[in-house]
Amino acid sequence: MTTDSAEPKYPEHTYLNDGYSLKSWLLTKDHKRIGILYLISITFFFALGGLFALLIRLELLTPQGDLMQSDTYNKMFTMHGIVMIFFFLVPSIPAVFGNFLVPIMIGARDLAFPRLNLASWYMYMAGAVFALYAIVSGGVDTGWTFYTPYSTAHADSHVISTAVGILIMGFSSIFTGLNFIVTIHRMRAPGMTWFRLPLFIWAHYATSLIMILGTPVLGITIALVGVERALGLGIFDPANGGDPLLFQHLFWFYSHPAVYIMILPAMGVISEVITCFARKVIFGYGFIATSSMLIAILGFFVWGHHMYVSSQSEYAGLIFSALSFLVAIPSAIKVFNWTATLYKGSITFEAPMLYVFGFIGVFTIGGLTGLFLAALGMDRHVHDTYFVVAHFHYIMVGGALMAYLAAMHFWWPKMTGKRYPEGLAMVGAIAVFVGFNMTFFPQFILGYLGMPRHYHEYVPEFQFLHIMSTAGASVLGVGYLIPGVCFLWSLIHGRNAGPNPWEAKGLEWTIPSPPPTHNFEEIPVVTEEPYQYTSEASSVRHS
Amino acid sequence: MQGGLKFFPDQASTMAGPVDAFFFYLVGVSVFFTVLIFTLVAVFAVKYRRRPGNEQGAHIEGSKLLEITWTVIPLGLVAIMFFWGAKLYYDQERAPANALDVLVTGKKWMWKFQHSNGRREINTLHIPARTPIKLTMGSEDVIHNVFVPAFRVKQDVVPGRLTTVWFEATKTGSFHLFCNQYCGKDHSRMVGKVIVMEPNEFQAWLAGDTGLPPVASGELLFNQLACNSCHMGEGMLRGPSLAGLHGSRVALLGGGSVIADDDYIRESIVNPAAKIVDGYQPIMPTFKGLVTEEQLMHLVAYVKSLEAPSGAKAGAAETTSGATLAVDAATTAGQ
Amino acid sequence: MSDTLNGQSRLAHHFVDLQQQKSAATLGMWLFLATEVLFFGGLFVAYTLYKLKYYEAFVAGSHELSITLGCVNTAILITSSLTMALGVYGAQTGRKAFACNSLLATLALAGAFLVVKYFEWSAKFEHHLVPGPDFQFDVTHAAAVVANPELLRIEHVKMFFILYYIMTGLHGIHVVAGIGVIAWLYTQARKGVYSAEYYTPVELVGLYWHFVDIVWIFLFPLLYLLGRH
Repeated sequence: MTTDSAEPKYPEHTYLNDGYSLKSWLLTKDHKRIGILYLISITFFFALGGLFALLIRLELLTPQGDLMQSDTYNKMFTMHGIVMIFFFLVPSIPAVFGNFLVPIMIGARDLAFPRLNLASWYMYMAGAVFALYAIVSGGVDTGWTFYTPYSTAHADSHVISTAVGILIMGFSSIFTGLNFIVTIHRMRAPGMTWFRLPLFIWAHYATSLIMILGTPVLGITIALVGVERALGLGIFDPANGGDPLLFQHLFWFYSHPAVYIMILPAMGVISEVITCFARKVIFGYGFIATSSMLIAILGFFVWGHHMYVSSQSEYAGLIFSALSFLVAIPSAIKVFNWTATLYKGSITFEAPMLYVFGFIGVFTIGGLTGLFLAALGMDRHVHDTYFVVAHFHYIMVGGALMAYLAAMHFWWPKMTGKRYPEGLAMVGAIAVFVGFNMTFFPQFILGYLGMPRHYHEYVPEFQFLHIMSTAGASVLGVGYLIPGVCFLWSLIHGRNAGPNPWEAKGLEWTIPSPPPTHNFEEIPVVTEEPYQYTSEASSVRHS
Repeated sequence: MQGGLKFFPDQASTMAGPVDAFFFYLVGVSVFFTVLIFTLVAVFAVKYRRRPGNEQGAHIEGSKLLEITWTVIPLGLVAIMFFWGAKLYYDQERAPANALDVLVTGKKWMWKFQHSNGRREINTLHIPARTPIKLTMGSEDVIHNVFVPAFRVKQDVVPGRLTTVWFEATKTGSFHLFCNQYCGKDHSRMVGKVIVMEPNEFQAWLAGDTGLPPVASGELLFNQLACNSCHMGEGMLRGPSLAGLHGSRVALLGGGSVIADDDYIRESIVNPAAKIVDGYQPIMPTFKGLVTEEQLMHLVAYVKSLEAPSGAKAGAAETTSGATLAVDAATTAGQ
Repeated sequence: MSDTLNGQSRLAHHFVDLQQQKSAATLGMWLFLATEVLFFGGLFVAYTLYKLKYYEAFVAGSHELSITLGCVNTAILITSSLTMALGVYGAQTGRKAFACNSLLATLALAGAFLVVKYFEWSAKFEHHLVPGPDFQFDVTHAAAVVANPELLRIEHVKMFFILYYIMTGLHGIHVVAGIGVIAWLYTQARKGVYSAEYYTPVELVGLYWHFVDIVWIFLFPLLYLLGRH
């Protein structure tokens, strides 16, 4: 992108060459190395979850069940959901980029509790071992939602080991969130006031609140499922006096906010990248920061919109519907502000920016289709159909994953000190966008037609749209391979990045790439607001 | 109708039109904002691309006016969505009083239906057109869900309680009925169809093969289980009289009151302690485990049929005689 | 202030000063306790719901618990909170022996709590008041204490005991964890690690221990007292 001919020098002392032994990695307390450990582990789980997705899409090419048995198919979508949500999306941006960047962005040498941070990774891995054990020993077939009494009294698969895995992984999430909040409160560099924080930090602060307040409820709920199943008790099973709706309430109390755990950090990434490639200060900093907090708080009070047709009370439905509409507003505010940030910018189109454009597009569609599901009378028709499948993939795959890839491209030079091949990466971004929409847009139509979720076989009139979707998935699959190729290539052949290849603002760009172990020679003193790509002199202040 | 390439579902119930109208409003709002955002992003991206003379963006920190605009307008639009959606939901939740009752039992992995005259079907439900139908549903194992896309209705079928859903078909034909709540191995085969017939054809079909009607079967059980020893008779009874109970408001022991709907009656049979009628001793034993989910629905149907004393006695008498006639049929039909 | 002990810096490399390090640790502990509140919160929600639904059975179940042992344990835990607070005070004021003895007393009381709990649970086991296939509940017990014993469903009494074991069990696990960290504090205190300048770990474990105490203060009336005549 730039015209500099002289390749920058690769720094002498970096966090990467500070010891090469396995022990220096597995016992590291450096937040950057822990971020890399997470990067490797979640990439593995992304590939595994993707493999399940591939098998699901292949099976759905035809209305009959011809590739696998119905119980195998049920395990496929269950494990796709569990792996992608708990072992990829929930940790993805926070555990990799949050770990790597939160301390650097606020001018700290590490997270507040480095040992706890390492312990969190081990908890994640321990949880992963239980989940993998469940997968290789025959799988689990309850759906990722573990609805009772199916999960506790009827399913004939490895529910307990999966539950234990999720419980342990949950603690990893809790301690990561706790670490971020304490770090952001207590470790900011001199001059780094709350309103000078990059929006990435605000997003992670909001995410962390959900992690520490929501995850324990999931923990105790999933533990009760395990206990009920293991000992044959009746906490949620109506056959023993239990209430299956209590399970749903407790489960969604975490699992709806969990969606915001996945999307809030993604929103943080967008604010960082869009300002850099538009060479502009963010439009409406205060509104974007506040909307992150509003989403985190309101997000705790909308869980009942998963239960409109569950036979919960009508009045509960009304309240949850109203609150669900309310939580849509802060998301809309963010989209408008990002769009306005582009106005009168000086825009370039490198891969991270292409992913951001893609994000804004699919997130807009994903957010708007959420309104259909928040509306009581409409949800009765589309609830638990492919409309819902399409909607949450627009948010989680289109939204969270595209932002994750934007972050990968944007901060890869910082993490490794190497440049990836820009042209190929741009092709990848376009393939992901096209493939994604081809895969999931037909599913909106399928859903409105009435195609239910979790169907191994379906009626023939749905086949055309399923073929479209599977065809799109193959484009998407290739799209995902391209960034992988770019990154691996860059490690061997990539040019040295230098401290600030994008000429970006933010403390992380003031230190060498890759950064030294302790980040800063001297703790920086912050004197200006974030995203000062333009001088105040040219300021046009609207009121 | 089934088969063929489709991009929009059949409209075959009175609810389909209103739901689709709302759908088009939602699609309209969505398309407007999607096009708006896409256009703005595309125009800005082209117009303000970096080129000689445009090396740096303008310094614009924000605009309160714009922020207020794009907060208030969406708020207004979603407020409309909320009330519109709530109105539809309200209509979906309230079956007309004259609705035909059909009992539905979900079990892994089949649907069992029973009409008010006792006729049973499995996985296929015949109904008359232009007549409100109310499904009263119970589950024998896990959570299921009745979904008829052409009618735009859907409701969970939850073990341990009764749920209801209603619709009025407007078109004759055959329509899909899906189980829409994941229920295990053959979830995707828990599929049936709803066959909508002209009312006169339906009457002919209904008369074709009758078992014991739910009300009669309920009455039989009512007597077999000796419910009548406390809930029937003259003078002061040990249990509250059930005549005219359904739909009335019942004062409870320890204050409060409850409307006696299907689920209340069901609960009072399986868990009598939950809500005791004021003025009575809580002495009724539970019948949980003694009666199946289907028999529970029969008992509820019978209790519903009991009219207030001032009402027509003849109707009740007729039911009784019908029941005695059908006793043999019931025992041979068996459980 | 002294930053070192035996030549080793107590200040981790990523903190500017001990003040920052301490305030970070304190905030971390408070957030952890917030997490714990929600962890127990799920159980309290379940308990409340079922108590409202199956009132008679829960009252009958409650009467099977020994109010004497419950009271003794409440007294033990409250006292242990006091000794823990004294331990913090001792560390804060640099009185090593006093701090050590207070911690030791706390350990002893926590152990006593578990011993009482052991007797309580084993009595329940003997009477088959353990949810599972062997569960037995003598309805005649209920006759004396519940207004309408006919209404009782054994499986709802079972539900009470399920929640009783899970809630007191989870609390018990917290007590065991507390014993672990207090024992570690004690060995550190014996070595003279804590002083008027540095006593953060004692203070934080104190916070945790008071939380464990408070959970019990909620559990005791909920499980043993409410609905009792």
